[in-house]
Amino acid sequence: MKNPIWFLLAGSLCALPAQGQTPSGREILDRIDKNMASETRIVQSSMIVHGRRGSRTIESKTWAQGTDRSFTEYLSPARERGTKMLKLEDQLWMYSPSTDRTIQISGHMLRQSVMGSDLSYEDMMENPELADDYEARVSGSETIDGRDCWVVDMTGVVGDLAYPLRKVWVDKSRWVPLKEELFARSGKLLKKIELSDIRQIEGRWFPMRMRFKDVLKTGEGTEFIVDSIAFDVEIPEVTFTKAMLRR
Amino acid sequence: MLALKLAYRNLAGAGLRTWLNVIVLSFSFVFIIWFKGFLEGWNREARRDMIQWEIGGGQFWHEAYDPYDPFTLQDAHGMIPPVFQNEIDQGRLTPMLLAQGTFYPQGRMHSVMLRGIDPDQSILDIPSRLFHEAGESIPVIIGTRMASNHSLDRGDNVTVRWRDVKGAFDAAEAVIVDIFKSNVPGVDAGQMWIPLNRLQTMTGMEGEATLLVIRQNTKIESSHPEWMLKDHRFLLAEIDQIIKTKSMGSSIFYIMLLSLALLAIFDTQVLSIFRRQREIGTDMALGMTRGQVVRLFTVEGTMHAFLAAGLAALYGIPFLYFQAKRGFPMPEGVDDYGLAIAEKIYPVYSAGLVAGTTILVLVAATVVSYLPATKIARMKPTESIKGKIQ
Repeated sequence: MKNPIWFLLAGSLCALPAQGQTPSGREILDRIDKNMASETRIVQSSMIVHGRRGSRTIESKTWAQGTDRSFTEYLSPARERGTKMLKLEDQLWMYSPSTDRTIQISGHMLRQSVMGSDLSYEDMMENPELADDYEARVSGSETIDGRDCWVVDMTGVVGDLAYPLRKVWVDKSRWVPLKEELFARSGKLLKKIELSDIRQIEGRWFPMRMRFKDVLKTGEGTEFIVDSIAFDVEIPEVTFTKAMLRR
Repeated sequence: MLALKLAYRNLAGAGLRTWLNVIVLSFSFVFIIWFKGFLEGWNREARRDMIQWEIGGGQFWHEAYDPYDPFTLQDAHGMIPPVFQNEIDQGRLTPMLLAQGTFYPQGRMHSVMLRGIDPDQSILDIPSRLFHEAGESIPVIIGTRMASNHSLDRGDNVTVRWRDVKGAFDAAEAVIVDIFKSNVPGVDAGQMWIPLNRLQTMTGMEGEATLLVIRQNTKIESSHPEWMLKDHRFLLAEIDQIIKTKSMGSSIFYIMLLSLALLAIFDTQVLSIFRRQREIGTDMALGMTRGQVVRLFTVEGTMHAFLAAGLAALYGIPFLYFQAKRGFPMPEGVDDYGLAIAEKIYPVYSAGLVAGTTILVLVAATVVSYLPATKIARMKPTESIKGKIQ
């Protein structure tokens, strides 16, 4: 589940500077990056997929380095246990223990939902460099769950962004995004992300619970819960190799 | 002539035994001709349908396009070379643009191939002329399989999401303006047809295409190093291979069926030679050579095949004619396997097929008739007359 996290981590940011005065978009991005980004991280998480026939929880552990490399191992349920995913820049491989095969996810498969969630493999491939890729503008101030937030509109300044438009609600005091909306080039809303259970971890504020919602799909969305997270820990280089998928 | 007369009398005298052999052999005749005709009919229909609906008279592919490698698809597009523009203007070529996307019928997410086609084209049977303005929505034509699989109908709206040439997501509402029926799953299942200009604009690929379809029976002299000409031999190789495999597989049935019939003839021959030893001895005592006697018995056995051919003609011709006219209905759902299969297959019987099958059965019947008869050559006439087992 590294990717939702990743998505979240790198993806949903914008916030501002000091209370009382409106910060610039750039300042907000910098503050969020400072708060949430890290060189490496190890995340143990649970993904709760709400389907028509009920909900199911998928636990996983992810090792991630920067925005380009991540390795995820699914821990439960039994059916998914042992499934591994490796993302290296714009390539994604998946290992399935039941078939003992490693396949590269490609073509139409990239558009499929990841284990029935509101995230597609394509979403997992995103590598947004927000500060460099977007121009941010504070468009207002709103309250979310009792927290004062800056509303930040982001417009892509480079052409190869999956989501050319984003809107982020950033906690004014903790510099953590509490809500994000992702739009298509046409302005159509595609995805919503709600972030909650903000905790201070290793001196930084971090959302431990996120809800992803593909607004084009029916359903209640997918919850992503961080059970534990460690920042800037050393991860062996071998972790991000295809050989690790079969181990 | 004498051998023929004697053979016919002996066969007629054998009564039911002869007719059972003949009937079984005639079944083989009819079945082999029918099944081979069925495969040939399927082959012709599939080729015709694929040409009309999917491949035209051949195609030029963008050099990066490989339908079997999805990794190539996002890069498999390029500006239509000016060298082809004249051919396009004259309606001898029509460009097609392919892009992968996702659509959301009833809130469910499904992959789809977006195919941009010129609304004015007449090279393929895709009813592109039915595209009409749908306001802000994208006008879309789909096939019946696609409509059935996703519960879509004319006038329905569905959200479509795609990535533009730079990778940015975009999405819009599409409206189903028409649903067509085709025997070719390749243009139907998982495919959405969109006006070419609209798809080019949606993806930011103005003036670009993935492939160019050639009108049937048209030779395009122009060429471009980045656009690869694919002829019928290449584009129909898949269906050719499938038919070939089917044909090979069905040979097992032919062999089994023929074996049963020929085994019956063989047994009959062995029994005849055993039971008619006195007759054989008498024939030889009266002056027939061993070769003449062997020939007599061989002709007798081979005559089974002639009679079977006659019987097969008697009931087979009306049956095969009926099948060729009315067709053989295929079970529902077989075309979902990804093969071009019509609802009915009309068998095609060529003269070569009928002659070939007849010769095959005649030769096989002659061989199995001759083999037991060779025993006669080793018989002693005196012992045979006595009826002694040799």
